[in-house]
Amino acid sequence: MIPFTYERARSPAEAATAAARTEGAKFIAGGTNLLDLMKLQIEAPTHLIDVNGLALDQIETTPYGGLRVGALVRNTDLAADERVRRDYGLLARALLAGASGQLRNMATTAGNLLQRTRCPYFYDTNQPCNKRQPGSGCSAVGGFTRQHAVVGASDACIATHPSDMAVAMRALDATIETARPDGSTRSIPMTEFHRLPGDTPHIETVLGSGELVTAVFLPRPIGGKQIYRKVRDRASYAFALVSVGAIVQRDGTGRVAVGGVAHKPWRVEAAETELPRGAKAVTAQLFAGAKPTDDNAFKLPLVERTLGAVLSEARGLRR
Amino acid sequence: MPGALSPAVAQGDRLTAARVVLRVNGTEHHLMCDLRTTLLDALREHLHLNGTKKGCDHGQCGACTVIVNGRRINSCLTLAVMHEGHDVTTIEGFGTPGNLHPMQAAFVKHDGYQCGYCTPGQICSSVAVLDEIKAGIPSHVSADLTAQPKVTEAEIRERMSGNICRCGAYSNIVDAIIEVAGSKA
Repeated sequence: MIPFTYERARSPAEAATAAARTEGAKFIAGGTNLLDLMKLQIEAPTHLIDVNGLALDQIETTPYGGLRVGALVRNTDLAADERVRRDYGLLARALLAGASGQLRNMATTAGNLLQRTRCPYFYDTNQPCNKRQPGSGCSAVGGFTRQHAVVGASDACIATHPSDMAVAMRALDATIETARPDGSTRSIPMTEFHRLPGDTPHIETVLGSGELVTAVFLPRPIGGKQIYRKVRDRASYAFALVSVGAIVQRDGTGRVAVGGVAHKPWRVEAAETELPRGAKAVTAQLFAGAKPTDDNAFKLPLVERTLGAVLSEARGLRR
Repeated sequence: MPGALSPAVAQGDRLTAARVVLRVNGTEHHLMCDLRTTLLDALREHLHLNGTKKGCDHGQCGACTVIVNGRRINSCLTLAVMHEGHDVTTIEGFGTPGNLHPMQAAFVKHDGYQCGYCTPGQICSSVAVLDEIKAGIPSHVSADLTAQPKVTEAEIRERMSGNICRCGAYSNIVDAIIEVAGSKA
């Protein structure tokens, strides 16, 4: 690791101010992704601001009947929360499908949203990567692309977002609350939080300099059958090839978000109107304009079949 | 919450090391660490507790698993300085050759290892897994999210997936854990 300095923040406002003041500063909470990348010198912060001491580890019921999940709530605690298990089963299932028990004990809600791609070319510092070194080029384009994005990508980057939790948050219409260095706060809907790569794949979210995620809001529960189906190369402890998160109501309407296919959790609200007509109709709209490669074209039929299985399960039929 | 950082070694005007207090296996230790020191390296290189193993050093293998404030974590993916005042339990805190922890004894009885390199992490994880099931934390294979999870082979396999054993002693490890769970019930 490249040497860095370190401080423990005492309030969100202080953390945000310190981050904006110090060039190259990063927040650290669970550290599971950041330290991994620091060891490889893919991340090289000059200064770490430890936010673990901030009192952001509570899950509170909001006056509107939803939940306010503190940014530091660990993945294990969020998945195990009684209210989440009962009312937001999709979120609990997505969390439990991710990482390992040890990592879920460390990883935080905000950190999960902010995790970096697992594109092997991003990890290989001998190869150009626009995300790691802006303007250097993309080694994945024309490379081995089995894991890469099939939709919403650009010539500059075809990486995917690796999070399972974020797929559920997107389907649940979560909102992200932040604290900014000027002392203000704001709310960002999940749909706007992650960016598509475009020409600037190194800018992955709409967060500004020093802006700190303080909580994630879940709206009032909407019921329905909530299912998260993850398809991966191993039965456990592997990133998704594709994943489907769905909330299906009794009348066949619902919501669908897909992981492993784009630079952000992929949801197309217009495609959801096709839900009563079945997986094929939904998938056709979800992947309108998709540009798969020979290596990852399998993801399109895989999502269709996975969604088909999810819809059967929602109707009470097994698989 | 931990207090202010204790300044220690500065290079120019940059602080590069810090004093850290860790409570390891019941004993308080005062360390002087380079800020880059992981909890794993602090245990091995500073405290010479070599039971905790460095496998991949990237959170993929689980050999470095220790229990911090009652929860199992990968000690390679966290900095020592982030654990000021925390309680750490390593394999050395579980038992001694003459007085094995029940999980250690069960691993011996069931041949839950061959080379033994992953074993300290496997045992720390195993003990924590049974606590997690007892605490009602669900897993990916729990059929009902709202029910109390049970100790089954499928549950143990899923919950232990963060601990890799390249000798492939998995089925014996599962047998050892299930036996300990049964004797506790």
